[in-house]
Amino acid sequence: MISMRIKPEEVDYIAALSRLFLSEQEKNIYARHLSEILEHAERLSELDTDGVEPTAHVLPLRNIFRDDKVKPSLERDILLSNAPEVENGCFKVPRIVE
Amino acid sequence: MELYRLTAHEAYDKLKKREVSARELAQSVIERIEDVEQNIGAYIHLDFDAALRQAEDVDRHIAEGCELPLLGGLPIAIKDNMCTEGVTTTCASRILANFVPPYDATVVRRLKERQAVILGKLNMDEFAMGSSTETSAFKKTKNPWDTDRVPGGSSGGSAAAVAADEAFFTLGSDTGGSIRQPASLCGVVGMKPTYGAVSRYGLVAFASSLDQIGPLTKDVKDCAMVLNAIVGHDPYDATSVSRSYSDYTSALVDDVKGIKIGVPKEFFGQGINEEVKSAVIKAIELFKEMGADYEETSLPYTDHALSAYYLIASAEASSNLGRYDGVKYGYRAAQYDDMIDMYKKTRSEGFGSEVKRRIMLGTYALSSGYYDAYYLKALKVRTLITRDFQRAFEKYDVLVVPTSPTTAFKIGERMDNPMEMYLSDVCTVPVNIAGLPAISIPCGLDSRGLPIGLQIIGKAFDEETILRVAYAFESNTPYHNEKPSER
Amino acid sequence: MEVQTLIGLEVHAELATKSKMFCSCSTEFGAEPNTHCCPICTGMPGVLPMPNKKAIEYAVKAGLALNCDISEFSKMDRKNYYYPDLPKAYQISQYDLPLCVGGYVDIDTEEGPKRIRIRRVHMEEDAGKLLHEGWGNNSLVDYNRAGVPLIEIVTEPDMNSPAEAGAFLDKLKAILQYIEVSDCKMEEGSLRCDVNINARASDKSMATAITEMKNLNSFKAAVKAMEYEEKRHREALLEGDPTVHETRRWDDARGVTVAMRSKEEAHDYRYFPEPDLVPIALDKSYVESIKEGLPELPDQRYQRFISQYGLPQYDAEILTSSKYLADYFEQCMTIYDNAKTVSNWLMGDVLRALNENGKDPSDIPFPPVYLVDLIKYVDDGTISTSIAKKVFDEMFANGTDPGAIIKEQGLVQISDEGELLEIIRQVIQENAPSVADYKAGKKKALGYLVGQAMKLTKGKANPQLLNKLLERELN
Repeated sequence: MISMRIKPEEVDYIAALSRLFLSEQEKNIYARHLSEILEHAERLSELDTDGVEPTAHVLPLRNIFRDDKVKPSLERDILLSNAPEVENGCFKVPRIVE
Repeated sequence: MELYRLTAHEAYDKLKKREVSARELAQSVIERIEDVEQNIGAYIHLDFDAALRQAEDVDRHIAEGCELPLLGGLPIAIKDNMCTEGVTTTCASRILANFVPPYDATVVRRLKERQAVILGKLNMDEFAMGSSTETSAFKKTKNPWDTDRVPGGSSGGSAAAVAADEAFFTLGSDTGGSIRQPASLCGVVGMKPTYGAVSRYGLVAFASSLDQIGPLTKDVKDCAMVLNAIVGHDPYDATSVSRSYSDYTSALVDDVKGIKIGVPKEFFGQGINEEVKSAVIKAIELFKEMGADYEETSLPYTDHALSAYYLIASAEASSNLGRYDGVKYGYRAAQYDDMIDMYKKTRSEGFGSEVKRRIMLGTYALSSGYYDAYYLKALKVRTLITRDFQRAFEKYDVLVVPTSPTTAFKIGERMDNPMEMYLSDVCTVPVNIAGLPAISIPCGLDSRGLPIGLQIIGKAFDEETILRVAYAFESNTPYHNEKPSER
Repeated sequence: MEVQTLIGLEVHAELATKSKMFCSCSTEFGAEPNTHCCPICTGMPGVLPMPNKKAIEYAVKAGLALNCDISEFSKMDRKNYYYPDLPKAYQISQYDLPLCVGGYVDIDTEEGPKRIRIRRVHMEEDAGKLLHEGWGNNSLVDYNRAGVPLIEIVTEPDMNSPAEAGAFLDKLKAILQYIEVSDCKMEEGSLRCDVNINARASDKSMATAITEMKNLNSFKAAVKAMEYEEKRHREALLEGDPTVHETRRWDDARGVTVAMRSKEEAHDYRYFPEPDLVPIALDKSYVESIKEGLPELPDQRYQRFISQYGLPQYDAEILTSSKYLADYFEQCMTIYDNAKTVSNWLMGDVLRALNENGKDPSDIPFPPVYLVDLIKYVDDGTISTSIAKKVFDEMFANGTDPGAIIKEQGLVQISDEGELLEIIRQVIQENAPSVADYKAGKKKALGYLVGQAMKLTKGKANPQLLNKLLERELN
């Protein structure tokens, strides 16, 4: 039996944060699966990592930049060609209310 | 022999000597695809007319007396997470089902410059998340060795296409084993180059710090040739390394005398199938007979690599996949109340369940209160795993281990148990975590007649030694000549 | 109870690079929507960011001008949130290792000079723009601005009044303009300001919860919003009313702040190191070379204006508060030697006209030589001071050469005695009652008569001469 490391309300919070709708059934499944995965991940906490630097990048690269030069932009029709909805040369979205 | 059976280098030689035309090569592969594709399902997108046009261009080019670039005229295919200008690039996801990029991935551009003939785009796990190609929103790809079984994943289409002779070579991407594991399960050669060796520009990101593009080929020489074509610095990728890359075909010598092989015991423990284990051990013994030295060693943090991998990869993925929101491209839900509702419906309907699971896991690992315990901890463990490898490579030239703990499993077998599915990557993820190069080559068949893969891991940017060891093995074994029986 | 207001600011300044932060699209303002866009700045699948070297240089320059330390090791991070103006659903920013840390800016307050500490200056990319009006139940998204490089300057909560915050903003703007890293045009959104404000008892025994106000797009609005909030917080503290940490929006039309709908997860940005970019490790010699290349800053120029031109402190402060104004002044001084006269014109008519038209000193529509010409026409008596004001208005409206205006409109001062006498006699004749008043000792009547003469000459009469001649004629 797996202990539920993630509570249903946490699943709700994470889903909201991820901009996902989950059915009740999905919520239960994800709660179970995530708990299982996190239980496995819990073993990391057994490791002593005091003083260990985190590695976000394996490469020893530093300071990769480009010069400040303008190059032609994409043609607008092409830029918008994949958009679900377009109006007046813009991407169209549901009205945002502040 | 049918032309489609040739390796890439054999076909290229024939083309260069004008024994065949590019059109004939394309025609042969197209006929092969027409024959077997309905049983395999390797492709998401195929365009025979475009392929034949490209082939005719190559023939014209040859007729005009121009030099044929390496790989020129060879019918090949690309995993559907690499952008192809004017051709849909879906990542096997509903959310990108209609996405037509206005740009080529750098690797695609490089292959086009060499006049490779692009047949189409290959099936994969949705957004490369999976180890069986079953999470594809469009179709299930079958293993050519046994069509009841998975081809592995996430580059399952790429591996199956090569195994079934539906392309001379293919490109895949490898975030936690996604080239090597399907190569292993389909009995082909697959290599993940050093992180930073191949540009990621135009590769739809899964986990940016782990993703790397690489070849899936019929033999080691083909692998070296494709590698030659795709490695190199790219000013559009800040993580691409500027250095001189050698001609990998010159590393292909049948000689492993003096090569020091490390055999980390953690890769032979619980969960590794006995037949896989014994095939790999047999291979290591063969290396010894050929003049290499081997020694058992230990990479003590290996057991933690899988957890660290799933946290890091999912965290990055949760951020990388935020852009699929129905605003700029891709799927948008048909009905919604407001902006947030549009986001949620679009993403819930557009993503499959494995992708949603990883987004949830990654969001959780990064969210306030859990960052230190999960994500940051995983990055620290990443440091420990990287150090393990560094220490090992002070003593050894390569490490030899299994690629996949098992041979191809049955379709559907692991779909309800994500943790079991994730365990398929246990031998491959440590390599991505450390950013190292590794190859998978065939090293035998199990009692069911399914291919077993041998993984050779090398030092960063030492693809040469890996290729040399792999080439020597291939030259002294018959395994790469094994073909799935026709069904 | 003694109450103290605490204000901290986060100022976003767009950097004046030619191309965007991570791609080669133009940063130019005012283009047709979505024409300065590419796969990178619109977050298309698979594309990667490549940082602009100049943007890093500008950020370092700003950090140095704000007396910050430049970090030896810095990195970019992702700030994750969903909003349609943010094409990748994350902003590439800096979290725990910003490029510049721990600086300060000195400002003048009613109580004398004061030091405002800068906590950090970091790099990030701008978002696109949403058009809300006129599209029914929709908003439109324009990504031209998406990916323009920004620096965010974060202060400590060291300002104790909206006036101090205003002084800080003016000074900051001047510094950024002086070092030429940002054109600081608020009306184009290249400078924006977030405010954190609360009130607390001077003995720190109690305090109100912080209010955040985002994207105030003019200093005037920012100061007004702060004044409103200061009052609200002080009253809440004194009355003991409970307060909550919230984000409020400034409603400029109504002159009030309004609480914004709070989103529960609004602050969970899930920052993590940007895996597509490698760290930044600037060597000392690079930082040193930028430091050496820093131009004269507002404080130094202020001192020099006092010593070199003998200007009063007040003039020097106003003139040096804008680089353009100070440059304009100094260009005038290369062709004219009376600093105070030039200063009076700039601080008077020029700034008034700019303010009235909502313009910036960089928008002065005529070159310094025109202003000097105008002053010289007054000096040599060609026109009177009052005519000069008219000429100035014309210059400001059309950018025309003052000589041409004077000539075209026949504004040359009448200094011919004969001509003036003729007019004076006409005035005396037509205004007998006023003449009588004057002769009866009502000296004020003289002013009226002068006015009538001016009217007849359309203001062109040399006023001193007119006065003298009129008095002589009356007596």
